[in-house]
Amino acid sequence: MTDTDRTPAAATGEKQPFDLGTGPGRVLVWFYGVFTVAAASRSIVQMILDFGKAPLAYVLSAVAALVYGFITYSLVRGGEKARRSALVCCAAELLGVLVVGTWTMAEPSAFADATVWSDFGMGYLFIPVILPVTGMMWLRRARTA
Amino acid sequence: MLVALTVAVAVTALALAAWCGFAAYRDQPTKDWHFIGMAVVSLLALAQLVVGIVQLSRGERPEQGMTIFIAYLIGAFLAVPAAGFLSLTERTRWGSVTVAAGAVVLAVLEVRLYDIWGN
Repeated sequence: MTDTDRTPAAATGEKQPFDLGTGPGRVLVWFYGVFTVAAASRSIVQMILDFGKAPLAYVLSAVAALVYGFITYSLVRGGEKARRSALVCCAAELLGVLVVGTWTMAEPSAFADATVWSDFGMGYLFIPVILPVTGMMWLRRARTA
Repeated sequence: MLVALTVAVAVTALALAAWCGFAAYRDQPTKDWHFIGMAVVSLLALAQLVVGIVQLSRGERPEQGMTIFIAYLIGAFLAVPAAGFLSLTERTRWGSVTVAAGAVVLAVLEVRLYDIWGN
């Protein structure tokens, strides 16, 4: 049995990782990479300079950086396992943006300093809210491709 | 901070974004000419990095803190080259979209740099 005879489901097994980071996925790799760097450097700098000012906000930025970093890695790695875990992370990311966004709108005093997810990512041109949605659309489409 | 240089980087970055966006619209990958354009924008960003460091060494201080200022300067310098390398390995229209996105990110960074430096 050659590779071409396999059903798509079989081809997505461990031995045949398909590319999530090519085509439109390449643009996602770029944006996720940028946001990993942005969120990570932001939280590291703020934690070093003055952690006591807004510990919750800074820890949240660090968590966001980890999520972004993991999605970037999954997109580059490819394969069904990476696709699934990236999908879960995108959902978590969307949930995080929506919860933190609503929270900062309802009670601005909860966060002493802004995070990437404050006000639905307004300070970042709303990309934090758009990115997980496009990411999930791409990851769902990639399965059938 | 040289306002003229900040504006120049932002405007050339937006022009590059439009150019690569047009290439993507026509279903073309990035070509040599696009890479020359990226080089021009990156050189301007490099000049800005140097000017920024010189000004810091002269004792001038950005309004919103030195660490953030330097981080943004480095980020601005790396944005377009990083996108350019991604487009080298993606020889389709999506490589052009990536460079256009990188140039837009650079333009946004320039606006932030202007705010961080103040006045």
